[in-house]
This record gives sequence, structure tokens and C-alpha cells, in this order.
Amino acid sequence: MNFEEHAAKPVLSKHGIAVPPSQLAYDADAAAKAAAMIGPCVVKAQVPTGKRGKAGGIQLAATADDARVHAENIIGMSIDGWPVEKVLIEGQVPIASELYAAVLNDHASKGPMVLFSLYGGMDVEEATEKDPNAMLKLPVSIVEGLTADDVKIMLADVDLGVVKPDVEATLLKLYAAYRENDAELIEINPLVVTKDNQVIALDCKLTLDESAANRRPDLAANAAPERKTGLEGRAAEADLKYIELDGEVGVLANGAGLTMTTMDVVAHYGGQPANFMEIGGEAYTKATTALGIVLDNPKVKSLLVNFCGAFARTDVMAEGVVNAWEELRPDIPIFFTIHGTGEEEAIALVKDRLGIDSYDLMDDAVKAAVAAAKGAGA
Amino acid sequence: MIPRSHHKVIVQGMTGRQGTFWTEKMIESGTNVVGGVNPHRAGETHLDLPVYGSVVEASKSTDIDISIMFIPPMAAKAAGIDACEAGARMLLCLTEHIPAQDVMEMHAAAKANGTQIVGPNTAGLVTPGECFIGIMPGFNKTVFQPGNVGVISRSGSLGTLLCLNLSQSGIGQSAFYGIGGDPMIGTNTRDALEILNADEKTQAVVICGEIGGSAEEEAAEFAKTMTKPVAAFVAGRQSPPGKKMGHAGAIVAGGKGDYDSKRKALEAAGVFVADVPSQIPAFLKGKV
Repeated sequence: MNFEEHAAKPVLSKHGIAVPPSQLAYDADAAAKAAAMIGPCVVKAQVPTGKRGKAGGIQLAATADDARVHAENIIGMSIDGWPVEKVLIEGQVPIASELYAAVLNDHASKGPMVLFSLYGGMDVEEATEKDPNAMLKLPVSIVEGLTADDVKIMLADVDLGVVKPDVEATLLKLYAAYRENDAELIEINPLVVTKDNQVIALDCKLTLDESAANRRPDLAANAAPERKTGLEGRAAEADLKYIELDGEVGVLANGAGLTMTTMDVVAHYGGQPANFMEIGGEAYTKATTALGIVLDNPKVKSLLVNFCGAFARTDVMAEGVVNAWEELRPDIPIFFTIHGTGEEEAIALVKDRLGIDSYDLMDDAVKAAVAAAKGAGA
Repeated sequence: MIPRSHHKVIVQGMTGRQGTFWTEKMIESGTNVVGGVNPHRAGETHLDLPVYGSVVEASKSTDIDISIMFIPPMAAKAAGIDACEAGARMLLCLTEHIPAQDVMEMHAAAKANGTQIVGPNTAGLVTPGECFIGIMPGFNKTVFQPGNVGVISRSGSLGTLLCLNLSQSGIGQSAFYGIGGDPMIGTNTRDALEILNADEKTQAVVICGEIGGSAEEEAAEFAKTMTKPVAAFVAGRQSPPGKKMGHAGAIVAGGKGDYDSKRKALEAAGVFVADVPSQIPAFLKGKV
């Protein structure tokens, strides 16, 4: 779960990391009013993507009138596909240098990792790609936590002048924010040193671990909405994993691996999948809901049902599909291939109620579904 | 380790609906279940087996080789650490959607106690004809037949299909190793490949990979050193980037973890990479 800047920064301030004064504005009038109070400011588009600066979504404003003009331009923009509905009016800061700091889940060490670079700002990725040594990385023991000594050693050879203790303290606070908010990533870019030697976070990127959202309800409530199609939204409400695609062969399978594989096999035999829809694990009783969503995509010209039961019982899933099929009576052909737990009952059920023979081999079912979809399109 | 019928298995959450169902299946299939854990029902008997308050408590009455968890996500960390501290040699974690920082604490406990974690989000391990641990149809003889091919899979459903394809072609399996669909798993593809390479029964290995992460690339490094033939299928060639494909670990992000990189690494290591799973039995015919 991602957060817009205005929702992420309070997490930093709560942990004692300084941020500039700011106010959220939904229109140009409010932006001007906020700027009048704050003084020279930055008008910043609020969208959950890192490409705001390069897209022109961040502008300096010396006066309230400037802020009004910039807000008028920025609100209504589209950045990386996100419509801008609001701006953050934030006090300008006299920047001496820009740093980078982050804490994230490191899959290789199976623990947290602290990142720090002297080359913060918009081009941090290029700078650290050119020179991997420009990004310092410290794996942390989740049991011991990050200690003041760890940070001192990490930054030992980094020239930070008089602000070094403040930067060290900022990393410790950032680590605490990471732990206490179940972040997958918390990143400050840039972390600026001002001309009067203050250390201030000018931006914050935060990703909350979706699996921990239930125990961070206040934070989760402020997350940015995810970009979903109408059908994807319906699936999410039913707790189903569904992704809409451009093809013509509807796919219904159980388990992430089998569902991806079914899509791949459809493409291998010359078709294109219309969707990813997985009803494995605990979702195996939701076949009816799942089928309704898959079929509501008007691009679907044939439907392929591929079940390979383990935990998920194929007879339960097949019954859900057959029930939904009888209820919806869609005007497209359906193809089944069923194996594993409960397969005999499942295959018999499909035969009895729909009069359809299941295919022994997945490849044969896929070929038939692809041919049917192509025939329908011609 | 590869589960054997002499290994002593304890089931955390055995008294629940799924725990009961799968414990019965495991026992029927030859798994040596010695007890269960439920803190609220310690001292009772369930499925004719003793119920303990914790794995640590159970370990005072019996040796424990493997602990398997039927535990919901928010309780998984405490249960996992309990199993590690009890000295279980292997902890099999089926649970999906455990908070990542809890998973890290489980891995830290495993490291401190010398426990091998399999998972999280695995469907389990099957030693065909001998025993199984997990929620796989290890009892289904059309799917699993004893033999000489080791199968590694991030996905339970795809692994099931692959083993079925093998069995239908008359190729049995020495072990099915479900490693899990999460991004931070205890036993990764390379670890499983090393285990199967060291196993005398195993004459060839099949890797069922997925997009996301770098597990297949790391496994390819080890495959280079092997003399046993290795075949692979990598799921997700048609999956759009930036989307989690069901599994938390199956995502192409920032150009990393994509299909082409995995296929290239595996082929460079001399691994046969199949376009569709059904090509794998034909490749293995005559080699085992």
C-alpha cells in the first residue's frame, strides 16, 4: 500500500524527523491562502508516484499569486497515469546539499536494510548505478535492531561536517518509523542539509506491508487508492486475485502458479489471455463470484477452466462454476481440464449438468479454447 | 532434509478444521505424526495423539524432526519461533500473508536454532510412496508416484500439475519440494536444488519457477556445477510487469525478475527450459 507525500510525512514527524511546514489544498484559492500564510513555497502535486518533479508537478512559488497559478496548472494534470486532485503547499527551504536515506525489506538477507547516499535528489538512481559505492547499504539484525554504533560505523567515512550527528540520529529515527509502521519501504529523497545546517526531509515515500494493514488501521486508512479497473475493484471487494488483460480467452484456475501457467500456455498455442483469475487457497469456494467477474469482461470469447486440486477441492470449485454457468447462461463456449483432489466427482458433475466432457490434457483444453475464441472473433 | 517416514512430525494447530483434515491425510500416507499443539487444549488427546501447549513443551516428551504450522498469519510469528526454540530441525510454514517483519523474526529464530524453514506460503513436501507434510495431494497416486525425479516448485498447484504430467508418463518422483510463493522464503530454489543433488535417489531435477525475485538465476549458478539433468518451466511469461500475480513474490518490478532473465540464466547453465509444462516428461524420458 502506497502513500502520497502528505500522508507519509506525518509518519516522519511523529518519529522526530523534521519536515517543512505545509498545508494540503484541493483548489487554487486554497493554495493561494495557504501560500499567504506559509510564505515562499513549493507547490507539489499529490500522487503516489515518484515521477512528479520530472513531469512538472513540483513548482516554486515566491508569492501567493504564483502559488495560485501553479496550483491551477497542476491540479487536473495527469502524472504517470494518476490524475492530480490536490497539491501540497510547503515552505521553501534554503538547500545546501541533498542526501538520500531509506530502510527497506531486503529479500537476500531476509531482514531490514538501511540505505544512505550523499547523492540524493532526482538523479539518485543514475548516480548510484554509475558508481555502486555511492549507495551505502547496511543489513540489520531484526532482533538486535539498528544501534547508534551501527550507524556511526556505517557513516564513518562519509564527510557530513557538523550535521553528522543529526544525520545519524535521522537514520535511527527512520529505522524506528520502519519498524513501528510495518513499512516495506520508507525513503527520504531528498533529505536536505539547509544553509543553516538543519537536516530536513523534503519528501517521503512509504509502502505499508499489505499483510500488516490490519494491525496498522490508522495508517492504512490514509493509503492512496490503488489503480484498478471496475472489474478489478469488484474482485478486490470479494477478496479475489483478478487482473484484467487484453486477450480473448477467459481464464479461471486455482493457485497463482497454475493460473500464470495457463495464461502462458494460452499464448503458446496462439491465443491471448483475457485475465488472471485465481481461486486457490481459501478462495476455492468463491468460484461463482469469480466466474461472474471473468464473464463480465466483454472481450472474453471463450472460457478455459483449469483446476489442479490440492488444498482446493476440484469438486467444490467445479460445482461453483457449474452453478454460475447455469445461472448466467453465457453465450460462449467453455472448456474444462481438471486434475487432483476430487477430480472424479468434478468431471462427472460437469458432464451431468452441462453435458461437457473435460479434457485429459491441459494442452488439448487450451488449444480448443484458443480455436473457439478465434472462430468467434472471425 | 527430505521428509522420511521415520521423521517425527508435530502439527501446530492440529485441532482446527484444516489441521485435523490434513493430519489425518498425512497419517494415512505414512507420515509419523507424534502430536499436536494448541495452547488452549494442552493435555487433551486429538486423533489419538497428545496435544501440547507449545512445541517447546512437546519437545520435553518427544524428539521433533519437523513441525508444520496450520496457524493464521497474525499468530504465525510466535508459533514459528516456538518451533525453532524447541529445536525442530525443519519448520514447514503454510501460512500466506504473514507480515514481512514477522517473517524476518522467524528467519532470525531459525538461524539462531539451526532450523530449516520451508515457506512461508508453501503447499508442502511430498516423498512419494513414503510420507508427505503439508496440504498437497500426497495421497493421490495419479499425481505422485515413487521414482527418481526431484521436483521443486514455488507454487503448489503448478507443482501438482507437473508431478501429474510426470506420473502419467510413467516417470515417478523421488521428492516434491514446495518452497513457497513468498518473497522471503527459508529454503529457496538453490537450497532445494542442492538438497536434491545430494539425494542418492534423485537422478534428475525439475524446477517450476515463477517471475519475480532472483531465485531461478541463483539456482542456475548451482545447476552449472551439476551432472544430473535439470529441466525447468518458468511461469509468468505473459504476466504484465508491476502486478503481483497472486503470489506476493511473483512480481516484475523495476525491470527485475522478468521471464527472459530467468530463461537466459537457466539455459546458460545447461538447463532445459520448457515452453509449456507438457514438454518436460518427454525431455526426461530415457534420462531416468
